[in-house]
Amino acid sequence: MSTTGTTEAAAPAPVRQRRRLDRRWAGLALLLAAAVYAPFQLVPFHVFQLTMVLVYAVALLGLNLLVGHAGQISLGHGAFFAVGAYASAVLLDRWDLPYPLTLPVAAAVAFLLGLALGVPAMRLRGLYLALVTLAIAIFLVPLLKRFEELTGGSMGLTLAKPQPPAWSGLAEDQWLYFLTLAVAVAAFLLAASLLRSRVGRALHAVRDNEIAAEVMGVRLSFYKTLAFAWSAMYAGAAGCVYTWVIGFVSPDSFTVNLSITMLAGLVVGGLGSLAGPVLGALFVMFVPSIAQDVNDAAPGVIFGLLIIVVMYVAPTGLAGLAGRLTRKIPRKE
Amino acid sequence: MAGFLQQVVEGLGAGAVYASLALALVLIYQFTGIVNFAQGELAMFSTYIAWQCVAAGMPFWLALVVTLAVSFAGGMLIERVVIRPVEGAPELTIVIVTVGLFIFVNAAAGWIWTFLIKDFPNPFPGGALEAAGVSVNWSTLGVLGVVGLVMGLLYLLFQHTRIGLGMRAVAADPASARLVGIRVGRTLALGWGLAATVGAVSGVLVAPLLFLEPNMMGGVLIYAFAAATLGGFDSPAGAVAGGLIVGVAETLAGAYVGFVGSDLKVGVPLVIILGVLLLRPQGLFGRAAVERA
Amino acid sequence: MRVSAIGCAALLLLAVAACGGRSGGGEAGTGGGTAASGQCAGQQTTGITDKSIKLGGIYPLSGPASAYGDIPKGIKAYFDYVNAEKNGIGGRKVEFVVRDDGYQPPKAVEEARRLVEQEQVFALFQTLGTPSTAATWDYTNQRKVPQVFVATGASQWGTDTAHPWTIGWQPNYVSEARVYAAHLKKEQPEAKVAVLYQNDDFGKDLLGGFKRALEGTQVQVVAEQSYEVTDPSVDPQMRNLAESKADVFLNITTPKFGSQALAADAKNTKWNPLHIVNNVAASITVLKPVGFENVQGVVSATYYKDPNDPTWADDAEMKLYKEKMQQYAPGADPNVPYHTFGWAVASSFHKAMEAAACPTREGLRDSVHNLKGVAVDMLLPGVTLDTAQGDGFPIESMQLMTFKGQRWELFGDVIDTRKEFGPLGG
Repeated sequence: MSTTGTTEAAAPAPVRQRRRLDRRWAGLALLLAAAVYAPFQLVPFHVFQLTMVLVYAVALLGLNLLVGHAGQISLGHGAFFAVGAYASAVLLDRWDLPYPLTLPVAAAVAFLLGLALGVPAMRLRGLYLALVTLAIAIFLVPLLKRFEELTGGSMGLTLAKPQPPAWSGLAEDQWLYFLTLAVAVAAFLLAASLLRSRVGRALHAVRDNEIAAEVMGVRLSFYKTLAFAWSAMYAGAAGCVYTWVIGFVSPDSFTVNLSITMLAGLVVGGLGSLAGPVLGALFVMFVPSIAQDVNDAAPGVIFGLLIIVVMYVAPTGLAGLAGRLTRKIPRKE
Repeated sequence: MAGFLQQVVEGLGAGAVYASLALALVLIYQFTGIVNFAQGELAMFSTYIAWQCVAAGMPFWLALVVTLAVSFAGGMLIERVVIRPVEGAPELTIVIVTVGLFIFVNAAAGWIWTFLIKDFPNPFPGGALEAAGVSVNWSTLGVLGVVGLVMGLLYLLFQHTRIGLGMRAVAADPASARLVGIRVGRTLALGWGLAATVGAVSGVLVAPLLFLEPNMMGGVLIYAFAAATLGGFDSPAGAVAGGLIVGVAETLAGAYVGFVGSDLKVGVPLVIILGVLLLRPQGLFGRAAVERA
Repeated sequence: MRVSAIGCAALLLLAVAACGGRSGGGEAGTGGGTAASGQCAGQQTTGITDKSIKLGGIYPLSGPASAYGDIPKGIKAYFDYVNAEKNGIGGRKVEFVVRDDGYQPPKAVEEARRLVEQEQVFALFQTLGTPSTAATWDYTNQRKVPQVFVATGASQWGTDTAHPWTIGWQPNYVSEARVYAAHLKKEQPEAKVAVLYQNDDFGKDLLGGFKRALEGTQVQVVAEQSYEVTDPSVDPQMRNLAESKADVFLNITTPKFGSQALAADAKNTKWNPLHIVNNVAASITVLKPVGFENVQGVVSATYYKDPNDPTWADDAEMKLYKEKMQQYAPGADPNVPYHTFGWAVASSFHKAMEAAACPTREGLRDSVHNLKGVAVDMLLPGVTLDTAQGDGFPIESMQLMTFKGQRWELFGDVIDTRKEFGPLGG
């Protein structure tokens, strides 16, 4: 049994399916149009906030591949986020690489690291994986401080942000937003096609019943390791974009809290759906700011409580809840 | 040589702290088959209750008894309210719920008691025992003694009581246990209550050494996990041995391995967890789990 | 998922509509300020009018560093008092907006932008912590927003010339290290020193400054150990340091680890060095949990008045502070030094703002870089605010103190590190 999968209605008629598909594309097109339109309508501060939402969404998308789709737990995804961020920062700082080139490098570094750690880690049951990833996230901070020549030590590195090219006529915030949006859209398309392929089905099989999946011939460790590496790659790419947007990295930016916040955001947003990471990112970005008006300690209390409540009221998170609500509205045939 | 021995003693002192929390982790795993990421935070919360009692003028030992009782009840309550709704859900769900509990309890303690450190009375005398050029603090010996005592009690409970038997049955296979007439729900609640009590003992033991504040147990947790993994999640003796080994290994690595130094010491639990899981997943003292396909 | 995509789109559109057009404010200089005239013409007046001045502060109110969250309470009490009883600063009522960054740099950037762009503050009055300040100072300097009296002692705020809009307040860590070095040079010229330091900018800045100040003397550092903020305890480090048998122990820690190190030193009866604890961990809230009987004779340095010190019981400013704290911040304990710190830095801002030639952002920037012997009543007698072009450190004097009975006792003269060691190089 699974609490994370989306329940599908019994096989619908082909016509209805077609109509649903149309609705889906219409919705996505509308969403994209709104996303493109937004920076021209919003004040720079809100553009910046939306940019950060997209950055977190990409990271959560990766985490979702691992947690939501392959059913493995990571309490250390902030570490891969940090690796991507630092890879980009070091390339910009030491080698003056043009910033677009840092994205593939950061993603590749995170992917390889994920693969290297994934090979041993994936031989472990879910629980132990959580322990190992937690230990990695804790260990990363002193490690970043140790290699001071490269990483700038505890003072971190300050970097110039990518400037908009003259032809675009955009402000800095808008340019950063579109860069991030491009990465996010690419990341979503990649994830969507990945999940619709053989690989996606294999991952779901692993999540829903490991033993059955193995019996059916799914190479467990291969797919689990791959899912781990991919999700690390997504986190790395998000970290790279983070460096562009914030222009500053330091070990204190990537403590174990970041990893836990990411997992919390994803759970609340909705495991196993494509909308979940976006909703989770919105949650991570906006709830602490709102909650601090209640009490200084409120962000943590609300975060913790919401995770628990969501886990048993709506295991599919906000995304699932939104889906359930809209499905209840009777449709005219 | 005396220097080396002294380092070992230091490591044992740190290890006793890790072992005390590892015992609570192992206990709850034994009872319920899950790992509770919030165990350290619950222990911290219990310690605050003890602190509150002492601050209200209660004598220390009475405060301790009250704390243990409150923790036991609180643990059972948490099982009923927080864990019961997800009973039987995949491991992923339960781990996430305990992570949620972790965040919640930590923030709640900060909300109630602020983040300023509190002084906590030390039940053991100050000073140190001197022997062969090595000095051992009385409080280190005290912690070791209490940890050993708790370990012994747990062993008796697991192996020589009906409750322990029932509990092992529940952890092994809840459905079969229910069929033979064991009240599974009550056993699980009992497990949470006992684990919270052992956690409270751990918190009260370490608070005079680490100083009480909401993040007191945050640093200990990962070492306790390493200890439990090393000793095997189903063995109280293993948890204690694991804790001591982790403490000594970490201290010696910090002192004598130049590359590790005192900044990268925290890598030691990572290496231990990874190493154990790859080489001997059941830990030093644990029984290998045989899965029925 | 298919439906929620539409839901998302609708939500986003709603948000866009609700937030209004881009033209609706947000550009610098349009935030309801009065136009400056005369010599001040053309300068920025965002967030300041003839009747009001809006300031923003960023502190860790949540998370592991949230003990520092008490500082803004002292600041708020001061401004409330000044607003109610002194008609504000030069007739301008102060509005102080506090935001929480949880000690996370990206959050600090977000909150800085919220304060500057949304709240349209006149200046950022304090960001707390080196990481949060380092993450935001490029932004504030590009936007030409004053970021004054930041609550961190890193020396870069004063030595860096590319960020004229950012300035510290408290003695920087290097200056503090120089005070201890000066003391040792005089009292124990051949001392061997063991050092425990936090492995971050704070610990390294202080340790580095200490070593540089010792150059050419007989005092030497014979052992050093670092710790991470994630470590459960510093006991192992203390054990290693004890083996050095040093005469002096320099304790460069933050509060919790400060308590642990003090306790470890007290427990070890075989090693009794002179214990110097740095100012960050010298608060009474750190010493009390260790037990006052265990911290007798510990040495530290300070620059503002300790509310627990009976020397100041009849001090006019201290009496005023305690009275007004009770009146305007009834829940807060005036004896917590963080509140006193807040009060002192707020009254420093008061002085700097009053001295500004123009009621503009440029005016404030120039004023905080041109403080000449400005006395602030909550600072120790003899400690004044002094800056100049090329000297961006308002306070560089401290006085040593030693712990006796239940409180710190000042001794010796105020040490002006500028006179003793010359200006800090970049």
